[in-house]
Amino acid sequence: MAAKLILSMDGVVINEYPVNKERMTIGRKAHNDIILDNLAVSGEHAAIVTILNDSFLEDLDSTNGLEVNGVVVKKHFMQPNDVIGIGKYSMKYISDQVSQTNPADFEKTMILRAPVKQAVGAAKPAEPANPMSTQIGMAKPVSAEAVEKTGKFGVPPTVETAQAAAPASTAAPQNAAIQILTGPNAGKELDLVKNLTTLGKPGVQVAVLTRRPHGYFITHVEGANFPSVNGQALTDKPHQMNDHDVIELAGVKMEFYFKG
Amino acid sequence: MKIEDALEIVSQTNPGMVRSHNEDSVACEAACGLVVLADGMGGYNAGEVASGIAVSVTAMEISRRLKNASPIERDEQSGEELGVFLLRENIQKANASIFHAAHSQPQYAGMGTTIVTGLFYDNRVAVGHVGDSRMYRLRGEAFGSITRDHSLLQEQIDSGLISVEDARNSKNKNLVTRAVGIDAEITAEIHVHDVQVGDIYLLCSDGLNDMVEDDDIHSTLYAMQGNLPLAAEQLIQMANDNGGRDNVSVILVKVKSGFAAPRGWFARMIDWFNK
Repeated sequence: MAAKLILSMDGVVINEYPVNKERMTIGRKAHNDIILDNLAVSGEHAAIVTILNDSFLEDLDSTNGLEVNGVVVKKHFMQPNDVIGIGKYSMKYISDQVSQTNPADFEKTMILRAPVKQAVGAAKPAEPANPMSTQIGMAKPVSAEAVEKTGKFGVPPTVETAQAAAPASTAAPQNAAIQILTGPNAGKELDLVKNLTTLGKPGVQVAVLTRRPHGYFITHVEGANFPSVNGQALTDKPHQMNDHDVIELAGVKMEFYFKG
Repeated sequence: MKIEDALEIVSQTNPGMVRSHNEDSVACEAACGLVVLADGMGGYNAGEVASGIAVSVTAMEISRRLKNASPIERDEQSGEELGVFLLRENIQKANASIFHAAHSQPQYAGMGTTIVTGLFYDNRVAVGHVGDSRMYRLRGEAFGSITRDHSLLQEQIDSGLISVEDARNSKNKNLVTRAVGIDAEITAEIHVHDVQVGDIYLLCSDGLNDMVEDDDIHSTLYAMQGNLPLAAEQLIQMANDNGGRDNVSVILVKVKSGFAAPRGWFARMIDWFNK
């Protein structure tokens, strides 16, 4: 199991615990998986429930409560590097699952087979305070029995290039704006902050400016007349915008430009 | 009004940026107002086989039955409306075909598929689905999913374990709890919704809604509702621009006018003359 908890107090590491059970308890009493022998800690203070790759922290109605990253929580969906605070103790949650697994694996739809389905189905009537208790039988959740992995095996050669391209797509392209040059709204400026900006009037003439990883494109959507860019009428294909292009749409001229 | 004149239907499917195969299948039977989309899973080409079976069985069987029957008739055995009954029965038939193929041919072992299907009739749409392929509706300004995924994540959301915001970060996005062809019996979830003129229905595989936020799907559909082919193209392009890690398929259905089923002898006679 890739996730672990590092227990420390006053900056000194005390112990390390692998997150290897579907339900781990934290508390003062001896039967807990993580025992914190301190009167500020309740007998059963908190639990960490792991369902496949996701871990959830839950306060078991402790007297003094618990914090994650300095915020008091009752229930929390654990993210890598979260710090759980219980009294004077702090526990850092380390999970390197993302880096260990091929990201493409996550997209493969898989089927949860019947044993798990029953367990999850049975969760519904259970009292909401403790919805995890019905997850028994998932102790080794990623075992072949629980999850039928039926994704594609043949990984196409394009995987690496596509993954290399993925981070680029999250980086937004250069900011851009349009300024209206003629008509009643002349002088108005419109920042293109959305992925899709509509120009024109529905039912009459509409074009959209779309923001894509490699630039901005204008596309004619509806209306008998097509808009023009620098005097050239558009076809029904998207047209990539260049700095200081002038768009004419329904008799209104506007200028497209990049912002520094 | 004949159903094929009342609806505008556009479909598009794309393997995405990473996969070499397209395991999605789509079918549109405009003559009887039926749309079907399936997202297959399984090794080698079994995913395509599963989704292909699901789509062809439902599309062919339903359109065959509706050639000489009206979806508002009652089915004699179940007492259900024929439209609803046909969806239920044929998703079961598809399930049986895939299940048997998977058990008789070793290379297809374990294959399965999700399915979402809409049958438009009498100013309504009957929606049947299994798994995490979705149907969304744009009505005026409002946009949202009208199906609920059969997935682990949705069950976690329902039980309050995880919030909708946190769900975006979950690593369990792709686990479905129900699929066609995995078990001998399947229960499809079927609901009937009223349809309004101007509504746009979007059926999609998870390759779209995993890669593109609902808000972006909404604004795209809203802006491009006057040009459905372009909207379909744009949705797929957005999924691919965001990484396109899965096959992505969309079917768009726009309601251009009402399509109440003819009732009474006079209406039926007019309808008969119009045939």
